[in-house]
Amino acid sequence: MGSRACGPRERAQPIRGRDPAAWAGSRGAGESGTCKERGFGRGWQKNWDLRSKGRELKSLSLVTPVWNGGTSGIRGLSRAVDPEGSQWKGRTLLQFLTHRFYDVEAMREYLLQKQVLKVQQKNRFQDKEWMRPHGRGLSSGELWKLQEVPIEAVDASGCAINYQGLDNLLALKELQSLSLQRCPHMDDWCLSRLYQLADSLQELSLAGCPRISERGLACLHHLQNLRRLNISDLPAVSNPGLTQILVEEMLPNCEVLGADWAQGLKLGPEEQSRDTARSPIPA
Amino acid sequence: MLRRALRLGLGPGLLGRGLGTHRGGSTLDWDEKVSEIKKKIQSVLPGGAWNPLYDTSHLPPERADVVIVGGGVLGLSVAYWLKRLEKRRGAIRVLVVERDHTYSQASTVLSVGGIHQQFSLPENIRLSLFSVEFLRNINEYLAVVDDPPLDIRFNPSGYLFLASEEGAAVMESNVKVQRQEGAKVCLMSPEQLRKKFPWINTEGVALASYGLENEGWFDPWCLLQGLRRKVQSMGVLFCQGEVTRFVSSSNHLETASGEKMTLKRIHEVHVKVDHSQEYQPVECAIVVNAAGAWSGRVAELAGVGKGPPGTLHGTRLPVEPRKRYVYLWHCPQGPGLEAPLVTDPSGAYFRREGLGNNYVGSCSPAEEEEPDPGNLEVDHGFFQEKVWPHLARRVPAFETLKVQSAWAGYYDYNTFDQNGVVGPHPLVVNMYFATGFSGHGLQQAPAVGRAVAEMMLEGHFQTIDLSPFLFSRFYLGEKAWEYCVS
Repeated sequence: MGSRACGPRERAQPIRGRDPAAWAGSRGAGESGTCKERGFGRGWQKNWDLRSKGRELKSLSLVTPVWNGGTSGIRGLSRAVDPEGSQWKGRTLLQFLTHRFYDVEAMREYLLQKQVLKVQQKNRFQDKEWMRPHGRGLSSGELWKLQEVPIEAVDASGCAINYQGLDNLLALKELQSLSLQRCPHMDDWCLSRLYQLADSLQELSLAGCPRISERGLACLHHLQNLRRLNISDLPAVSNPGLTQILVEEMLPNCEVLGADWAQGLKLGPEEQSRDTARSPIPA
Repeated sequence: MLRRALRLGLGPGLLGRGLGTHRGGSTLDWDEKVSEIKKKIQSVLPGGAWNPLYDTSHLPPERADVVIVGGGVLGLSVAYWLKRLEKRRGAIRVLVVERDHTYSQASTVLSVGGIHQQFSLPENIRLSLFSVEFLRNINEYLAVVDDPPLDIRFNPSGYLFLASEEGAAVMESNVKVQRQEGAKVCLMSPEQLRKKFPWINTEGVALASYGLENEGWFDPWCLLQGLRRKVQSMGVLFCQGEVTRFVSSSNHLETASGEKMTLKRIHEVHVKVDHSQEYQPVECAIVVNAAGAWSGRVAELAGVGKGPPGTLHGTRLPVEPRKRYVYLWHCPQGPGLEAPLVTDPSGAYFRREGLGNNYVGSCSPAEEEEPDPGNLEVDHGFFQEKVWPHLARRVPAFETLKVQSAWAGYYDYNTFDQNGVVGPHPLVVNMYFATGFSGHGLQQAPAVGRAVAEMMLEGHFQTIDLSPFLFSRFYLGEKAWEYCVS
């Protein structure tokens, strides 16, 4: 057992469940090939490559470039809520241009940065702007009157709140109920900040947040006053049934709403055949 | 020149036959021929590494501005910040020389991957704070257009350091410094410990410090690949090879008091290709020593420490490889999801790994029992005798456990004071160090990379002042001593 068979590469695969295909391509000849193209004399190559790749150009011209200004390859908001993402048509042309021209690459990087800045701006605390509800809101006069009233419940479902934006919520020391359902930018780092609400928080809902995983749920153990926790429909959690059991053990006084423990289990062979026998024959 | 290349690539047969005609039953492998022709023509054009005599595509370029020896997390971090902080796009040509592209012995990927701010030196705390902020916003720093976002699998579960009676006072003063710097650490008494973590046996524990935020562990392989991908997209050149020689020139000077000094400047780095005697002399302006456990050897090549002992010339870089084991075991009744990375006063530590009641941990061996760093073989007896008793004492559930696997990795151990070395060498004026972090290099890598890049570009530290970590402290004897477990 003392041999190198227990090396980290072999250990990493079964336990961490890392997708080998994702990283295999980033080591080895493929990557170094790209590096060389970009490193050595890239500027001179661009014209030549376009002319020489006659066949490739023909197929590319059939694809209409769909330039979606706000969405770059990595994070459109649609992608954020659906972490798998869908390849949009015309992306191959854009990728091709990005690889060949510095300017296209710089412009796409700029657009990506702008998108991130947009989320950050939304989270910056501006007194009236943050408290403005959807549709017809309260007049500013009413808001000032309400300033002394402690806030007991916040429903921030679907909000673009992120790590910085949580500053606003954590200042509410009497908060009892917090709903962060379907927030696309809530991730494990944000959950690690929630311990500051441990004294008062009784109800927390994280359903449908695409970036929260079981690693973030582990820091909810600080919230000992929690009575209701909703962790259903978390796509990034690797094993929802097991996670629910572990969270229930971690928070004994809390009612945890989450995955059904049978989720992820396969139907037994007898039950499978019974189901097919029972399926009605269409009239 | 073009005609000569065409003649090299295409035989007389192809040109003579004309394209697209088949004669005599020979099939035309068009794709292969086209790619060969393209390769030849590409190498001919300006900017290509064209050599009419033989193919040099596997060798590094003939000149680069900065050569970084070592492609681990520290070397890549320096490369990243150099490209990010350069004044004009494409101003600096950076070459990263890595001996082993599978990283089979690199400390980065063999690391347990923890990050914490519970140090006693303010500089260490600041480095760790910036690094955690870098990791939190990793998809803003390392975003590459068209590539998927990175997931470093960060577990924000925190670190729990336990102190006995003797260490309690030091721990209290450390926590004060940590909170002053902005780390979120709280002190816990044994009763509070028992209430929060009922699976701990608090016998012998007088005080505990628990990191509430920004502490935990993550996947170092993902960080490494993310850095590599980003750094390649920024135009940094990579090459696989080993640095075998530095060619430098010396300048003999005399100080005001009549003492003779020799200032060296490295002009060329000889990079030897794997499995061959071929090497490429790379002309460079600056060399960065980020070779991790082998930095001492690289420094010796540059002439650091070749002089009478007791002088600045004779001060070696005191970084050497030290082997550390890590064990993975399964304990069905072990601590639950809330378990932080727990460090016992005896030095043994453990943390959870995944959801299946698996745990990773180990202990640093005593000075006299250092294992031989010649290979990375694991000693399972070490776990039985030195690690398990302490763990079982601290967490009674660990009395029944089963070791699933183990591995070993190197610390780039600084024998002087177990803290990093950054900044230029006073005599070899264009060699910069970014090494010697003795087990906490991974968690400080992003910040150290930035500091070294600032030192190279501006001449002084701008954001975090790392003057206590300069090389000169080895000669002056000023230890940057850390009163914490690493």
